[in-house]
Amino acid sequence: MSVAMPETDERVLETGFDATIAADQRIEPRDWMPEGYRKTLIRQIAQHAHSEIIGMQPEGNWILRAPSLRRKAILLAKVQDEAGHGMYLYAAAETLGVDREELTEKLIDSKQKYSSIFNYPTLSYADIGVIGWLVDGAAICNQVPLCRCSYGPYARAMIRICKEESFHQRQGYELLLAMANGTDEQKRMVQESTDRWWWPSLMMFGPPDGDSPNSQQSMAWNIKRHTNDELRQRFVDMSVPQAEALGVTLPDPELRWNDERKAHDYGEPDWEEFKAVVAGSGPANAQRVAHRRRAHEGGAWVREAAQAYADKQAARKNEARKAAA
Amino acid sequence: MNTPDEEEVTAEGGHGAVPVTGVETGQGEKPSRRTWPLYEVFVRGKRGLNHVHVGSLHAPDDEMALHNARDVYTRRNEGVSIWVVKADDITASSPAEKDPFFDPSADKVYRHPTFYRIPEEVPHL
Amino acid sequence: MSPHAMEEDATNAYQSLSETTDHDDPRWAFGTGIVEEAGAEVSAPVPEGVDAADLAAYCLMLGDDALIYSHRLSEWVSNAPELEEEVALANTALDLLGQARVLLARSGHVEGDGRDEDALAYQRSDARFRNVGLAELSDDLDFARAIGRLLIFSTWRLALLHRLVGSTDPVIAAVAGKGVKELTYHRDYAARWTLRLGDGTDESHRRMQDALDALWPYVGELFRTSDEETRLAGAGVAVDPGTTREEFDAVLDEVVSKATLTLPDRPAIGTIGGRGGRQGVHTEHLGHALAQMQSLARQHPGATW
Repeated sequence: MSVAMPETDERVLETGFDATIAADQRIEPRDWMPEGYRKTLIRQIAQHAHSEIIGMQPEGNWILRAPSLRRKAILLAKVQDEAGHGMYLYAAAETLGVDREELTEKLIDSKQKYSSIFNYPTLSYADIGVIGWLVDGAAICNQVPLCRCSYGPYARAMIRICKEESFHQRQGYELLLAMANGTDEQKRMVQESTDRWWWPSLMMFGPPDGDSPNSQQSMAWNIKRHTNDELRQRFVDMSVPQAEALGVTLPDPELRWNDERKAHDYGEPDWEEFKAVVAGSGPANAQRVAHRRRAHEGGAWVREAAQAYADKQAARKNEARKAAA
Repeated sequence: MNTPDEEEVTAEGGHGAVPVTGVETGQGEKPSRRTWPLYEVFVRGKRGLNHVHVGSLHAPDDEMALHNARDVYTRRNEGVSIWVVKADDITASSPAEKDPFFDPSADKVYRHPTFYRIPEEVPHL
Repeated sequence: MSPHAMEEDATNAYQSLSETTDHDDPRWAFGTGIVEEAGAEVSAPVPEGVDAADLAAYCLMLGDDALIYSHRLSEWVSNAPELEEEVALANTALDLLGQARVLLARSGHVEGDGRDEDALAYQRSDARFRNVGLAELSDDLDFARAIGRLLIFSTWRLALLHRLVGSTDPVIAAVAGKGVKELTYHRDYAARWTLRLGDGTDESHRRMQDALDALWPYVGELFRTSDEETRLAGAGVAVDPGTTREEFDAVLDEVVSKATLTLPDRPAIGTIGGRGGRQGVHTEHLGHALAQMQSLARQHPGATW
């Protein structure tokens, strides 16, 4: 067996890797992969996992005030799913040689980020519906193509997650339907919430496609499968009829059907606000990270205790074995 | 680190726009604390089927791993059988093993072989 | 199935969004399937010779314990010490919420004034709640408190539900039948963690002992028998909680000593004129829990969600 890998051998491995990608086949954890591919995946999967975990907070904000027991059960189950999704994703990241604890530390030290959408506050119960409808809807547009991502563990985690996400979007839309058919005050809540979340939802797809070298590389590797603008267009086209069915107005005067393009034209989100949120001055950035830090650090003594107990038990077993021998 | 203005942001991952530059990826750096070991989870969905790999989780010991697996991967479905095994205790072959160039020390970098393909006929996965 | 077929199927998750909502997903069953799953109709007739008011009150007691404790447990969402515990605590809260909903619905039906589970959960004031004090405390995000309380609560409720499987009220019997499995799991979870915290580090040992000490005053109330319980126990509907004390003590003694902890010796909280949680006289904590839980529902009278 070789000790140091000759350069020619690496080239052979790279050719094999490229052929696997070109054939739209999956790369698996123990396969050789270029360092850039691995780093890109760690970044993407980790920040995706962080988004799931941080995303529990804005919705968790309403569990204790859910207005019916059925809604309480649904919301609790949904937020619990998000913890599960975070776990699946951290596990996928771990196949690349990082540790969940390490990633969590990077999150609470703000060395890794999470989706900017979760830096907005949830201010009314309609937000629970709108998050399901628009935010989860946008997430699904992003996530479904990832089920075909070239990295096997990530793709498989995404298949599982996508199946659960459709429940998430549906519960949100169902809540909005109930509210839209409810009292005048409930109807106002739905419109007000839609007004607040529409633009941030569009921003979830990122700035318009420029000549981002990162995106291009990710697309070549079959990690990213559509451009930001393609996904955003898909989302707008999907949302318009859903908004009509709810009887809400999407807050964009430029939004109209373009018969030539067979797609909707729409206005430009406020990219200054987006930049500010990404840079850390969104309405809830500081709160979200501090909350996660508090939970993680506050739980350290518990994790240590379980570890200490496991060590003691192992030592006891050893003693018993020695005594028996 | 890039300043925010230079920071490149794009939609990647499930919930969209995140920075893609100036993000630390780390790789096997030791976390500041000792952490619960990683377990791989295998579930027999119903009688007559093999146990199949469904994912992994962290737990302080075998007993907790088994119970966590039931919570996380079976939604406590009764009657299913679960195996958990410490990821470190799995010896795995590589698809490229027959390749004479493959360096077995790569084992250490890609710490564990997780997420085997899940057959579609297994319920509740 | 080929890998490709799987991927197409997964991609269809996207397509399915535009399809009409079907309710085959078990998670949509909230409020529709639970009672059937429990194997009884909420509208089943009141067993012969049983006072309807007593039965309605008893269903409230069992239901409110589960509802209020579930509410407090859900304070842990996004605050648990590890993601695995996040999932486990939410499961427990969901199980109890499920029990509460059936029991409240049963109570409302038996009462006969047209109140459903939500009317009972959201439109009653503190003095109309019948839960025990232990259910209404907050863990204040102290995991040792969470584990100590879950150990006490689940050991007690499991002992009750074991006996209620044979209740002559079909709804209570059905909830008990399902609940026994759930509570067995909760008690297991709490016992496992009690061992780990008690016999873990010095710090965890101290915290776990402190938690048991702080919780112990609320144990006595669990075994006080209300008038309704006395009457219903005679009719085979209820159990006299006093009869579960021995089982409770045996379990607690075993777990606590294995965990190298000490069973506290602390006096129980007192009653006011003989009245406690079962009679609607609560700790100061319940009012705060309800203020939060009911705030939105009460802001929108007549609204459906």
